[in-house]
Amino acid sequence: MIHSLFLINSAGDIFLEKHWKSVISRSVCDYFFEAQEKASTPENVPPVISTPHHYLINIYRDKIFFVSVIQTEVPPLFVIEFLHRVAEMFQDYFGECSEASIKDNVVIVYELLEEMLDNGFPLATESNILKELIKPPTVLRSVVNTITGSTNVGETLPTGQLSTVPWRRTGVKYTNNEAYFDVVEEIDAIIDKSGTTVIAEIQGVIDACVKLSGMPDLTLSFVNPRLMDDLSFHPCVRFKRWEAERVLSFIPPDGNFRLVSYHVNAQNLVAIPVYVKQNISFFESGFSGRLDITVEPKQTMGKTVEGVVVTVHMPKVVLSANLTPTQGTYNYDPVTKVLAWDIGKLNQQKPPNLKGSLSLQSGAPKPEENPSLNIDLKIQQLAISGLKVNRLDMFGEKYKPFKGVKYLTKAGKFQVRT
Amino acid sequence: MSSSSAFNDDKGGSSSIGEPEYGHDPASGGIFSSDYKRHDDLKEMLDSNKDSLKLEAMKRIVAMIARGKNASDLFPAVVKNVACKNIEVKKLVYVYLVRYAEEQQDLALLSISTFQRGLKDPNQLIRASALRVLSSIRVTIIVPIMMLAIREAASDMSPYVRKTAAHAIPKLYSLDPDQKDQLIEVIEKLLADKTTLVAGSVVMAFEEVCPERIDLIHKNYRKLCNLLIDVEEWGQVVIINMLTRYARTQFLNPNANESLLEEGTEKAFYGSDEDEGKEEKVEAAALVAKRKPYVMDPDHRLLLRNTKPLLQSRNAAVVMAVAQLYFHLAPKAEVGVIAKALVRLMRSHSEVQYVVLQNVATMSIKRRGMFEPYLKSFYIRSTDPTQIKVLKLEVLTNLANETNISTILREFQTYIKSMDKDFVAATIQAIGRCATSIGEVRDTCLNGLVQLLSNRDELVVAESVVVIKKLLQMQPERHSDIIKHMAKLTDNIQVPMARASILWLIGEYCEHIPKIAPDVLRKMAKSFTNEEDIVKLQVLNLAAKLYLTNSKQTKLLTQYVLNLAKYDQNYDIRDRARFIRQLIVPTDKSGALSKYAKKLFLALKPAPVLESPFKDRDHFQLGSLSHLLNAKAGGYQELPDWPEVAPDPSVRNVEVPEWTKCSSREKRKEKKVEKPFYSDSEGESGPTESADSDSDTGSGTGSGSEESGSESGSEESEGESESDKEEEEEKHKRKSKSRAKKSTQESEGSEPSSEDERKKPPKGKGPKAASDSESEEEEEEEESSSESSESESEGESESDTDTRMKQKTCASKPPPRQPKKETEMSLLDLDDFEPTPSPQVTPVNNFVSSSLVTDLEGLSLSDSALSPAAVSPASGPVKSYELLHRITGEGLSVSYCFSRQPFSHDPHMVSVQMQFTNNGDTEARNLRIQEPKLQSGMRIAEFPEIDVLPPGETVTMVMGIDFSDSTQAANFQLCTHTRKFFLTIQPPVGELMMPVFMTENEFKKEQGQLTGMNEITEKLTLGETCQGDAAIVQRVTSTASLSRVPCGSEMKCRFAGKTVTSGSLVLVTIVTREQLVAQLTVNCEKMLIGTMLVKDILQALSQ
Repeated sequence: MIHSLFLINSAGDIFLEKHWKSVISRSVCDYFFEAQEKASTPENVPPVISTPHHYLINIYRDKIFFVSVIQTEVPPLFVIEFLHRVAEMFQDYFGECSEASIKDNVVIVYELLEEMLDNGFPLATESNILKELIKPPTVLRSVVNTITGSTNVGETLPTGQLSTVPWRRTGVKYTNNEAYFDVVEEIDAIIDKSGTTVIAEIQGVIDACVKLSGMPDLTLSFVNPRLMDDLSFHPCVRFKRWEAERVLSFIPPDGNFRLVSYHVNAQNLVAIPVYVKQNISFFESGFSGRLDITVEPKQTMGKTVEGVVVTVHMPKVVLSANLTPTQGTYNYDPVTKVLAWDIGKLNQQKPPNLKGSLSLQSGAPKPEENPSLNIDLKIQQLAISGLKVNRLDMFGEKYKPFKGVKYLTKAGKFQVRT
Repeated sequence: MSSSSAFNDDKGGSSSIGEPEYGHDPASGGIFSSDYKRHDDLKEMLDSNKDSLKLEAMKRIVAMIARGKNASDLFPAVVKNVACKNIEVKKLVYVYLVRYAEEQQDLALLSISTFQRGLKDPNQLIRASALRVLSSIRVTIIVPIMMLAIREAASDMSPYVRKTAAHAIPKLYSLDPDQKDQLIEVIEKLLADKTTLVAGSVVMAFEEVCPERIDLIHKNYRKLCNLLIDVEEWGQVVIINMLTRYARTQFLNPNANESLLEEGTEKAFYGSDEDEGKEEKVEAAALVAKRKPYVMDPDHRLLLRNTKPLLQSRNAAVVMAVAQLYFHLAPKAEVGVIAKALVRLMRSHSEVQYVVLQNVATMSIKRRGMFEPYLKSFYIRSTDPTQIKVLKLEVLTNLANETNISTILREFQTYIKSMDKDFVAATIQAIGRCATSIGEVRDTCLNGLVQLLSNRDELVVAESVVVIKKLLQMQPERHSDIIKHMAKLTDNIQVPMARASILWLIGEYCEHIPKIAPDVLRKMAKSFTNEEDIVKLQVLNLAAKLYLTNSKQTKLLTQYVLNLAKYDQNYDIRDRARFIRQLIVPTDKSGALSKYAKKLFLALKPAPVLESPFKDRDHFQLGSLSHLLNAKAGGYQELPDWPEVAPDPSVRNVEVPEWTKCSSREKRKEKKVEKPFYSDSEGESGPTESADSDSDTGSGTGSGSEESGSESGSEESEGESESDKEEEEEKHKRKSKSRAKKSTQESEGSEPSSEDERKKPPKGKGPKAASDSESEEEEEEEESSSESSESESEGESESDTDTRMKQKTCASKPPPRQPKKETEMSLLDLDDFEPTPSPQVTPVNNFVSSSLVTDLEGLSLSDSALSPAAVSPASGPVKSYELLHRITGEGLSVSYCFSRQPFSHDPHMVSVQMQFTNNGDTEARNLRIQEPKLQSGMRIAEFPEIDVLPPGETVTMVMGIDFSDSTQAANFQLCTHTRKFFLTIQPPVGELMMPVFMTENEFKKEQGQLTGMNEITEKLTLGETCQGDAAIVQRVTSTASLSRVPCGSEMKCRFAGKTVTSGSLVLVTIVTREQLVAQLTVNCEKMLIGTMLVKDILQALSQ
């Protein structure tokens, strides 16, 4: 299936290559570079590139291109999904998925890749299993290793691969047994010029951090499970229980993982927490423009809206901005043409406002389109859909765990057209 | 390690050419700064006995590999550490080995034994990893070893090892596609496995090796469906895709009735003539009425039901796989469920979105209703990458209908203002498509597009022109003002495609704008030379059309343009000009065609249909790479069409009533208690059990069990081809044996059923008495255990074999002897045998079995001291090899042969008889051997120096070489008084052994100890000239220096020998099955020798 993998940085250097079958010359990446050149931005590089003898399937993540080489028919999503898993595994192991961290840990990376695929077919992709096979680097361990010459490779052989619960490692022990769940909801919305909602949806995820000894069996139930419309589960969740009783029953993996992601039923009207008044105009004469944005809190369920940032991708002709914010700070980057206004907490009484003039390149025609605004925001202690966890029960183990649930609402792809 | 160091020197020298490259790489500074002295450092570190140093060195080497640097010259130093105790060092060595083994095949072989040892480790994880690495080493010579290891692992008790075996199958297949048949056997076996761990991997192997053998799936279909939800996610994808194909061949189209109706409606929608569509619809409905009502096969339903929950998977690939399964297999009413899941995937990474949108685009053409509720999810955000925007647009366009078109158009209006011009162009196209498909909005769209003509961006205008042209073609008479407007644009628009479109429009509808058209032509004629080719062609077109309609005004202009075109650089344009001139300008010579010029040029052209590029892409399996590329990718399996009549559904029937399973398991336990001897074979039967039950079966994988494993495998495969008679005999044999052994309870209980099973066709299995209605797996197991009892008994009890021999001898006559047999003692007659290895060979090697005396003689020969000089030079060697040609040797020629005499001075050496002939006209003096350059472990005993070799004379000498049981060549120099010649002797594997006399019982006993990895079994077809006992014996003995073991059976020939250096036994068995089919088994502790011997014998026998 997957023949080879090349990691390429934004400068176009291949800084890692791994072959699972016979070696393929790195010159195959030339086809990729060609496609990259054609594409205006890294995001626009086609994920699947066909070359005379191979197919290149690539993803772009954290400023790194993961380019895999395929020789025969294989579902493209299979490869894409796997590559993302690889990136997530790096993130998991090294705290970040970056060129530097991969280069620093090249041996571990290689060992990981070796374990994750066998002859191009995924073998072990569960983080719990991999961590038993290859221990992630820590500062302490790297010091110890250099002194004693011991290794990052687990001395004991992992048994997780053999068990019926392949996602959980065996023999987990904690002194403090804790299970935390974060219910995070994101609002995706498009608001049009006049302030009416074109489309608004809520996506939610429940991320868990479970540090429990032994083999706990957890059941998470909700006050209003019907709100969750379209779910996708971590493999540990028992689907039948959900279908029948609308409770999440599972033996959790050890550590951090995403339990569920869900979509909130479209019939429920989505509360839009902010209202944006904007007026951006460009003048034909004088090569200038005016900008006036006000952000007001709208339906916030009595909570404060925090971390509000407004970003605007300005047309290319905008040279500079001379603006005055009543709250927060703004920054205009003349290279990327991005105007970012960091507001912070929204004030109920005095809505923040950004006002001023834009100067345009002289001689150029005025832009036809007004740029749209992207809004970022956060509301703590609130799931905007109203989803509420009822209780968490644990079976199979004797001790009493600490339990905690946190709610958070964020703006996802929240866009205001102008 | 003299050999490896010698190797290093060579390599170090050669690789230094590539070295400077490292120096230039700035990133390789620091520890990687690697001139090849650095590599010497690494070698030193690897040679040290400190693990930490080794580890450090390996880490650096792996880092080099990771960065694509060549580290192949370190191979010998690295491969030594393959048996290192430190796990991480070992793992890194594996990484290295797998990377470079292909390039350094010979050295890689050194590591094989380590893995072979690993394959027998009691720890399943070590077994698995040994198999994994072994199978990843891409060296063709170990193919048989891999095959054997896979076979063995496929019946390992640990499901994890079996999974690894499944993974190894495609590796071996890609290395040697000739192994396909054997691999299919293994796949078949593993497909029957009931553990979730194995299922995904074996289906993967199935897809890579034999996707066409859909018949292998029948029996496992239901099991796969039921296991599916518990299989790991990657396996799910593969299984679902395979089952989609399977279902297409086995079930009826659930939409057979609807599809007719649907086609009708589709046509009505796209086609301009709606009445026609309605008629079709009525027809279709009538057809439907005639058809039988459709009833879904329960297995079809099972598949749909069991895959549905997987739509909830977190893995996008799994969701996509289920979606395509539903799209291709589900009744229309049920397909809707996948829409929601697919829409969910669109919130994932942009690459996932890209693929999903491609598939949604295809689906939305066929089943628009499915995605309509999610219309808004496809709205475009300004932050989406362009390729995603374009795909979303495609979907939106596909979803457009009378009810939602106004919303969609409003959305499009926002898009047209986007800064992303490629996207704007795509939007204009999309508007055009909406306008053609939905008549109500055609005018609105057209007006909107016309407004865009005044856009400042030329690209936008050009795209609009192209689209407007297509729209106008549908109803030109109503839009002469638009055409006029566009005619004015020719002054401003520079985009060639747009200019060409305008010119075409004007030409086509010049009658609607009689005043403007000639003027446009005038302007174009002026700028003709500067236009693009596509525009020039349209200018010619326009000129021709105007000439035909309005020749008074444009005659001169046209001639002018044609003249310009006549001297154009582009031959297409010159050609067109010539063609048009002939056609339209009336001359005396002009042919009949010119009369019809007007009809030709001004015919009514059908309006173009603006179609989605995704139309009809669904003939590719959705979700596949081929679908995405809209081209067949290598290895793509076509999605078959539904069958007209459903194939027999009973092929999928497998009888596994719970209680039988249960009872049989108990029974097995019983057996174990009673006869601990069989616990081995029970371990073998592992694959048929679920993971949890492994713990309660035996855990031994002793050597005894292995043979039974492989035997049962081959039995199975041959079961069908065997003749009835043979089977009869087998049965007889088995029964009598079991009686003799008094292990009645177990074997008699099982045999009848297994015997029955084999004979009955699958269908007959249905109504069977409960007592023998065992599941297939059980049956197989029984068989294997009974087999094992057979093999066990062979080696074990003398009385048993005696009875059997008696039986056999009475059943079959002693083998017919060839007339040559009488002369076997005569040396002179030996020339009759085709490739006789050497004349000095005592006939022992040829027909040993008949005479015990000769056998003994052969053995005792090692004592009889035959001095080299005593060898008679008179008899020319029959199979001799040239060592030195007389031309290169300047008159001296040397040939050698393997005399198969024990070397007198050292029994561990192979004697090589060399014949020196002086063809020159001067005498050669002081012939001797010098400076042998040997692989480690090899030795040479030189022959005494030949003082003088006069011209025309021939001298024969014997020297001894200890090849150390390898086929590596011995290199040495032959010196004369004037010259030195570099010579090489490479022994065929058959010469590395010497015959051993054994009785049949001894043979069986020894064979029993050399099973498993040490046993290699191959099927072969005997060559035409190689029939009958004698021929086989002759061929084998001429290939290898073995002696025949006396045996009463006609069907079996046994040969024994031992390697010269180490004295390891080499046992060869050839069982002839039918006329030409035979089975060759070689048991040898030295696996490489065994492997190569098999190859040589196979070749000898099949010629």
